[in-house]
Amino acid sequence: MEIFGIPIQAFMGQLLLGLVNGSFYAMLSLGLAVIFGLLGIVNFAHGALYMMGAYVAWLGAEYAGIGFWWSLLLAPLVVGALGVVIERTLLKHLYKIDPIYGLLLTFGLALIAEGLFREQFGVSGQQYEVPELLQGATNLGFMILPNYRGFVVFASLLVCLVTWYTIERTRLGSYLRAGTENPSLVQAFGVNVPMMVMLTYGAGAGLAALAGVLAAPIIQITPLMGSNLIIVVFAVVVIGGMGSILGSIVTGLALGLVEGLTKVFYPEASSIVVFVIMAIVLMIRPAGLFGKEK
Amino acid sequence: MKLKKLTAACTLACAAMLGAVAPAQAQISGDTIKIGIITDMSGLYSDIDGQGGLEAIRMAVADMGGAINGKKIEVVYADHQNKADVAAAKAREWFDTQGVDMLIGGTNSGTALAMARVAAEKKKVFIAIGAATAALTNEQCNAYTVHWAYDTVALAKGTGNAVVKAGGKSWYFLTADYAFGAQLQNDTTNVVKAAGGTIVGSVKHPLSASDFSSFLLQAQSSKAQILGLANAGGDTINAIKAANEFGITKTMKLAGLLVFINDIHSLGLKTTQGLYLTDSWYWNRDAESRAWSRKFFEKMKRMPSSIQAGDYSATLNYLQAVKGTGTDDADKVLTKMKATKINDMFAKGGFIRGDGRMVHDMYLMQVKSPDKSTEPWDYYNVVQTFKGEEAWTTKAESKCALWK
Amino acid sequence: MSTSLADDKINRWSRITWGVGLALLVAAPFIGVYPIFMIKALCFAIFACAFNLLLGYTGLLSFGHAAYLGAAAYVTGWLVRSAGFSPELGILAGALSGTVLGAIVGFIAIRRQGIYFAMITLAMAQMIYFVWLQAPFTGGEDGLQGVPRGKLFGLIPLQNDLVMYFVVLAAFVAVFLAVIRIVHSPYGQVLKAIRENEPRAISLGYDVDKYKLLAFVLSTTLAGLAGALKTVALGFATLSDAHWSLSGEVVLMTLLGGMGTFAGPVVGAFTIIGLQNFLADRVGSWVTVIIGVIFVVCVVGFRRGFVGELLAWLKRRQPGKP
Repeated sequence: MEIFGIPIQAFMGQLLLGLVNGSFYAMLSLGLAVIFGLLGIVNFAHGALYMMGAYVAWLGAEYAGIGFWWSLLLAPLVVGALGVVIERTLLKHLYKIDPIYGLLLTFGLALIAEGLFREQFGVSGQQYEVPELLQGATNLGFMILPNYRGFVVFASLLVCLVTWYTIERTRLGSYLRAGTENPSLVQAFGVNVPMMVMLTYGAGAGLAALAGVLAAPIIQITPLMGSNLIIVVFAVVVIGGMGSILGSIVTGLALGLVEGLTKVFYPEASSIVVFVIMAIVLMIRPAGLFGKEK
Repeated sequence: MKLKKLTAACTLACAAMLGAVAPAQAQISGDTIKIGIITDMSGLYSDIDGQGGLEAIRMAVADMGGAINGKKIEVVYADHQNKADVAAAKAREWFDTQGVDMLIGGTNSGTALAMARVAAEKKKVFIAIGAATAALTNEQCNAYTVHWAYDTVALAKGTGNAVVKAGGKSWYFLTADYAFGAQLQNDTTNVVKAAGGTIVGSVKHPLSASDFSSFLLQAQSSKAQILGLANAGGDTINAIKAANEFGITKTMKLAGLLVFINDIHSLGLKTTQGLYLTDSWYWNRDAESRAWSRKFFEKMKRMPSSIQAGDYSATLNYLQAVKGTGTDDADKVLTKMKATKINDMFAKGGFIRGDGRMVHDMYLMQVKSPDKSTEPWDYYNVVQTFKGEEAWTTKAESKCALWK
Repeated sequence: MSTSLADDKINRWSRITWGVGLALLVAAPFIGVYPIFMIKALCFAIFACAFNLLLGYTGLLSFGHAAYLGAAAYVTGWLVRSAGFSPELGILAGALSGTVLGAIVGFIAIRRQGIYFAMITLAMAQMIYFVWLQAPFTGGEDGLQGVPRGKLFGLIPLQNDLVMYFVVLAAFVAVFLAVIRIVHSPYGQVLKAIRENEPRAISLGYDVDKYKLLAFVLSTTLAGLAGALKTVALGFATLSDAHWSLSGEVVLMTLLGGMGTFAGPVVGAFTIIGLQNFLADRVGSWVTVIIGVIFVVCVVGFRRGFVGELLAWLKRRQPGKP
């Protein structure tokens, strides 16, 4: 059976793989959007935090026998704690000055992380076993889908939903949103704004690390895995609208699908299609699809 | 005046900075024989060459006694990180300022081509070991480049023919997107077609790709019998792993066009048993290769790949030529090398042709099943030996201007 | 009254220092410094000066500036190697490719300000990088190799490293002076006004976007010139020339040396290239870590950079002088 002259097998297969990729785009751009929306910092280190989450999982398995499910909890905590330390020692100096410095600082941090891990582990990458429960594959008829990849889609959707709900629908979320719009006023109400900001960066870092753990069984764990991804994630956030959480989730998933589609019809363009869309969106709607003009 | 002092201080600082950071211009040293290896020390090819290759070269130097006619032999090394510009710049710097006499390595065909160009310009010896592209002795041949261990033509003639004969008539290629992959796909295509097979299609993947799933899906939908892996090192390992994960191996057979013993070690015999591969050397081939390999194992805790053995052999033969001519002048040494047969633990009755190709036997091997393997690293059965000229580009096929 | 670190009137002492610097550069190959290293450093100094024009003097952070250096590198490389262009025409074409690409990217990006602008330039640069990766003429991972130096203007053979060096040095001096000229022109004054208070400049009736776009294109043209020179001198153009890590490095060179000063980017470029050269073989991946640390240190506590700090210190020592 064929769709547009392409066998349905290839079509659905690539679409499904695209959905998996899109889940990662969504999760990562979500973390970026949270940090940017609430802190005004463009966190270039997000890719490095994602990478570190994957390495924590791998190191845990390699040296301490810590399984995948525990790592899902442990890695975000470890990396989140690191994020808190970064915020307290370095980032807090930069809130009052030009935001480009925040970008440059996190860029420097990303380089440090990448260099350290490269020095320690080389670039060839480590393998991480798929957890036993999720091993094996299901024959979907049009392709054989490894079970783990299906799990990833569900897990990331869950994470995105929970995060979105927390920020947009709960009291804690409203404190966060108010705290960044008018910190002094919110502080006057007795809310500890600096603490909130610190925890927010930590939470964003934790989100990135969680994505890293989920990615570990699928791709090669290398020090460069974050930097390859981060620029695409930037484009996703720009398209979705900086600071819009819903925008990031929807755009991330959509872009994964578009990329998958491109691989079917015109594989050579799959790496640039995200950026082309970004350019088009910018011409038509500079604030992004879900963004508000600031 | 304070400003005057400050300006003077700045000037001195500038001078100091320039002096400190720029490498000093050394005299071209006639008192040491310097061998420089530039290879992949940290990336996807670091296992098959890398540190092990450096060690193999050091073993050759040690076997020559560390010095020739009183001149010390020195080895310098650098990591090209699979970047041709890094390799070329380092080679040029070494020739200009460090007095390097012989350049070796270049695992990664793109870097090897760049290094060959620099060596030809500076009129110094370059021995390509790990790089596969046959272009080094064909379209881009030059008087100063010797290609030692193997090349894409030999791989194609070996594995390509074997697989087609075993019934694999329709092929789909998964190709590493750079000089090596393209050349290997090209040479294998010629062999498969000549043997009566067909090429259904191909897809290119980036070097050191992290995820092969979408490429493999494309391969599967082509319905070809054989998935030809025109890649190497880490890429081959990951492609084979992913192919198993996605059940590609249920409908297609894998043909690893360039596989090293390190890859088999990584993947395990269960996954790779029955795989055909062509290689220039096997540690368990005969008593001499075994003896050397055990010495290597003591240092590196793993068995040498054919590239690492090639590093040793090339260095040894180069140094013997230097000893024989009493000079490290590139032209004289090359003439001597081209006139001398190679008889060491790597090759017997080998010789260097007019196009720079070191001609020796190649082996078609098949990976053993787990129950047949008697010790760690005992992975291969030698199925067929290609003697001498059989394996390589023939004079009729060659486009090398030097070899007519 | 001038409030920026670079005075409107160039200090006599600045001129003297630059003169000494130039003398050192002229003497360098004769006192044992490897000319190829100097050529590389000078090309990146040109790149950093171009970048500084945009960041230091216009206040725009382009985070994907390597795209223009890379584009020019490939265009020049291909024209000189495969189309038989003579070096000066190839270099000119390369610089122009920087102009064209800059115009396109600038047109899309200029609509957004500040941090968004930076992210868009980065994303566009990445897109261009992937185009180079796929395009057959660039040679992809292997790069464009074997670019001959040829004869400048058909007369002066450039094979000799010394001759090549002085050609590059001449180009560098020209760019340095050009940047000074641009900054001190009426156009440059408007740029400064835009950098310091954009809403005010708009209310005064200036078409701010046009000014910014012109600055962008000037900067990308000079960046292209750097890439073109580098390709002819070193003989190859590779993906590293268009990679985002190079974009990051040029930001660091400018920041470290001193944003908004004339000599700053040059100092920064030489320091970073020198550091990389010196450390590469000795410490491997630690180079990346060190670059990252310098970034962090600069952003947190050394925002004026070497030259900036120097000028600020000088100002403090002379109370009462404007």
